[in-house]
Amino acid sequence: MVKMKAKFTFPTELVTEPVIYGLGKNFDVVTNIRRADVTATQGWVILEIEGEEEQINSGLAWVAESGVRVDPIVGDIVEG
Amino acid sequence: MSNAIALRCKECGKEYPLDPMNVCEWCFGPVEVVYDYAAVARTLNRESVEAGPLTMWRYKDLLPVNGNVVDLGTGLTPLLKADNLGRELGLDNLYIKNDCGNPSHSFKDRVVGVASTKAREFGFDTFACASTGNLAGSVAAHAARAGLKAYVFIPADLERGKVLSAAVYGPTLVAVKGNYDEVNRLCSELADKYHWAFANINMRPYYSEGSKTLGFEVVEQLGWRCPDWAVVPAASGSLYTKIWKGMNEFAQVGLSDVPHTKMAVAQARGCSPIITAYEDGRMDIKPVRPNTLAKSLAIGNPADGYYALKTIKETDGAGVAATDPEVVEGMTLLGRTEGIFAETAGGVTIAGLKKLAKAGVIKRNDLTVAYITGSGLKTQEPVSDIVDPVMVEPTISSFEDALEARGNGIRATAIA
Repeated sequence: MVKMKAKFTFPTELVTEPVIYGLGKNFDVVTNIRRADVTATQGWVILEIEGEEEQINSGLAWVAESGVRVDPIVGDIVEG
Repeated sequence: MSNAIALRCKECGKEYPLDPMNVCEWCFGPVEVVYDYAAVARTLNRESVEAGPLTMWRYKDLLPVNGNVVDLGTGLTPLLKADNLGRELGLDNLYIKNDCGNPSHSFKDRVVGVASTKAREFGFDTFACASTGNLAGSVAAHAARAGLKAYVFIPADLERGKVLSAAVYGPTLVAVKGNYDEVNRLCSELADKYHWAFANINMRPYYSEGSKTLGFEVVEQLGWRCPDWAVVPAASGSLYTKIWKGMNEFAQVGLSDVPHTKMAVAQARGCSPIITAYEDGRMDIKPVRPNTLAKSLAIGNPADGYYALKTIKETDGAGVAATDPEVVEGMTLLGRTEGIFAETAGGVTIAGLKKLAKAGVIKRNDLTVAYITGSGLKTQEPVSDIVDPVMVEPTISSFEDALEARGNGIRATAIA
């Protein structure tokens, strides 16, 4: 079991979708929201995800494919 | 001993010991170094600063370092009165803070100087970063100086020339076959897996403190006063917010007045998540895919974007974005007026400054400092079209004909 931190940024059309629920249910991972700001038009969520590494990776790929942006919580690491 | 006393979460305020870490374990917010300012004020004064080394380490009392520092001679770079550029822009009190003169030719030496010092203090033997340019060079150079092993991660499709000025210092260069996001992800995972000091991951709270010295120096070089305006380029937004923090710290320990400076932040339009939020009147950053020739500012998901927006608000400052052609024009304008060859980030600063002056946001008499954070020599392609020599035969008549053809009027200036 591993833990990973991530930031999800939701576009307007996905704000009402239960993406985090889907991540937990479909990939058998535990999601734990630490901070978030969600309005009717946009939102971001910072969360911890715990589970098997492969499941987390597949789950995050699924989240990204659904149109939610997935980033490291520390922002971009690659700098100029 | 350092005057730093703790790390504190910028979101929830929870405090931690000064360890290698970068996010609050409770809310995952970023942590920042806090100091015992009363202790600093007891020992630090203008005279003691002026008697210090001619480097950024003269401000060591306000940096989170303990003993020997990893010193390449960084800092105390020129602050130049820019009358020629000022004339073109209609500004009578314009200064350029030229940070091209640092050992690896960019301001990154300030942040990496602190990060590498902390890496050694914490007992790490490996220093790492992910970079497409300036950070790579600075990390590799400081690792060499400090006797640390260095790993520099780059996207595999990056032109080799871009990392030549890092490779020369002998790091292990790792080209990752993946896009920018995948390099980000890999580095984030490596930082969890290996006991390494990662410049902008587990060293980040210390790393970013180095940027304060760009605030300290300008205040000292202006005769212990703050400018009316500071124009700063932004990628992650860290530099911009830390210059403001530095000015405030100087006031807090009694070295200068409470800053009245309005902080302007400049980004390239092709990667402007901070400016877009500012223009839309939002306080949340929407990450973007960078598409700009200002590669050193190409951070689509800026770690300190929110805090940069807060700084604009707090200082009644401004945000401004420049298109790629405006960036190139800014670079050449600075070159031909002040003799400074800045990288694209400098072009962003100058283009932003020009817009703010033209719009009357920055007034003619405002004491203004524009920050040039890196040299253009490492990435010359954006201005390569400027090379257009007058071709002549090796005769005086050919020389004169060619120049006259360009409307130069050279013959009239001959003395014989």
